[in-house]
Amino acid sequence: MRTFNQQFLRLVPSGRKLVIGIPFLWLCLFFMLPFFLVMKISFSEAALAIPPYSEIYTYAEQKFNLLLNIGNYTLLGEDELYLSAYLGSLKVALFSTLMCLVIGFPMAYAITKASKEAQNVLMLLIMMPTWTAILIRVYAWMGILSNNGLLNGFLMWIGLTDHPIEILNTNTAVYIGVVYAYLPFMILPLYANLVKHDQSLLEAASDLGSSTFNSFWKITVPLAKNGIIAGCMLVFIPVVGEFVIPELLGGPETLMIGRVLWQEFFNNRDWPVASALAVVMLLILIVPILLFNRSQAKEMEARG
Amino acid sequence: MKRFGFSKFMLVFGLSFIYLPMLILVIYSFNASKLVTVWGGWSFKWYAGLLDNSQLMGSVVRSLEIACYTAIAAVALGTLAAFVLTRVTRFKGRTLFGGLVTAPLVMPEVITGLSLLLLFVAMAQMIGWPMERGIVTIWIAHTTFCAAYVAVVVSARLRELDLSIEEAAMDLGAKPFKVFFLITIPMIAPSLAAGGMMSFALSLDDLVLASFVSGPGSTTLPMEVFSAVRLGVKPEINAVASLILLAVSIVTFMVWYFSRRAEASRKRAIQEAMDQTASESWQQPKKQMVGATA
Repeated sequence: MRTFNQQFLRLVPSGRKLVIGIPFLWLCLFFMLPFFLVMKISFSEAALAIPPYSEIYTYAEQKFNLLLNIGNYTLLGEDELYLSAYLGSLKVALFSTLMCLVIGFPMAYAITKASKEAQNVLMLLIMMPTWTAILIRVYAWMGILSNNGLLNGFLMWIGLTDHPIEILNTNTAVYIGVVYAYLPFMILPLYANLVKHDQSLLEAASDLGSSTFNSFWKITVPLAKNGIIAGCMLVFIPVVGEFVIPELLGGPETLMIGRVLWQEFFNNRDWPVASALAVVMLLILIVPILLFNRSQAKEMEARG
Repeated sequence: MKRFGFSKFMLVFGLSFIYLPMLILVIYSFNASKLVTVWGGWSFKWYAGLLDNSQLMGSVVRSLEIACYTAIAAVALGTLAAFVLTRVTRFKGRTLFGGLVTAPLVMPEVITGLSLLLLFVAMAQMIGWPMERGIVTIWIAHTTFCAAYVAVVVSARLRELDLSIEEAAMDLGAKPFKVFFLITIPMIAPSLAAGGMMSFALSLDDLVLASFVSGPGSTTLPMEVFSAVRLGVKPEINAVASLILLAVSIVTFMVWYFSRRAEASRKRAIQEAMDQTASESWQQPKKQMVGATA
């Protein structure tokens, strides 16, 4: 028993190793390892079984067989649906990121100009919705945008149109929903960056005769670069995979990859194709994700 | 000065863009009319009707349970990760670790959900666990993604902390563990509370991850709401949504209020301590100076 205890104690890692090891192991097991599994399943074949895919390797009679089925990937290339879904997602993500930037930058800028106490309250007001279910916030828009909803009622009341405009179940509604849902994620890193700026630089510029717009463009924007990158990536990356907003606000013509993946998985029960879709999505997103991580690291260095 | 006017205008516009839809939703949840777009007077009947919906109430209880477990685990895990990121400067795989901590923040939920489900299926085949997907698997999924949020919040706080207090404690012979629990934890407590409540709210809200990793019979509240919402706008859902909004607003306000109070009392304590040392050292310069530096 005693020797067992000693051996056991030797196995118990030191405090330092534990502190690093627990979160590291958790993230490896529940975040990184699953991606390799997705990759593995994407090479298997759909089968009528539980779970609904075939094993990619077999071992029988001292023969190890590895069977990689690239059919899922060629399917993605051949079928128009998937290609246009990827393009649709990228388009929605790109334009809504730009819209968030155009709306969010002035907002973040205005917040930094407020008093310290007001800044806290304003940031709380900006961030509070992100704690509320995206589902509910999107649902709120469904009532507003529908044919007999408030927006159409308002438009007809002021006489802009005499018949309801179809907004719900179109791409317009998806854009509204995405900008609405992701605007706080743009403002947060922008504000965190802008609030650190040294105001004396702007004063110096204006003393030297620079116009407000000129100093904004030449001083504030370059200084805010990391904040802009972080904000844009925080919007762009999740929007590419967005499911709830296109599902609830979009129409049949709204092809987005998150929605297609969901349908392949839940409706068609085709796990291998869903996995292949996820792998390709990850490949598309890997550059933006690396950009985000780098801007985060830089921002952290700048703060320390 | 023209741009100031523009950015202020955008701020007001943006805030009303964010809050008007929610306000409208809450107002319409009191609508007596069954038609969601026609106003038929004030009524509480949709709220009263919720209590009779046992399926919905069951999912509410389940969601709250998962959110509690998630908040606790995510704070523990996220704080550890934040501590490693800010205090342990050099170890093998630090870059990978940093990436793993921040990546869940931006990773599309459909990818995380699908990959975790495949992991659980593979684990069930290999080691026989988890036999049934349900509360535990949802908890694991939520903890993984909420821990990233906690890590960001807590590491921001850890970074602005005055290291000298921890160093002083270590110089006086306190073990790292003791320093962490007696010095570091109390100083970062407000951000731990904020992270915990944030995780609670995020877990309560999540639809996509839960849909992937839950099994039959473990429907959470967002899944319940989603399947109803898919079919269109319903007054009952307005009532549920308003209640969720109310709960989240209360939690947010509490986080804000407590962190503000903690900050204020901390500042006051520092100010008082400084005033005291200043006045005392003024009276008895030699003796107190020694005491102050120790």
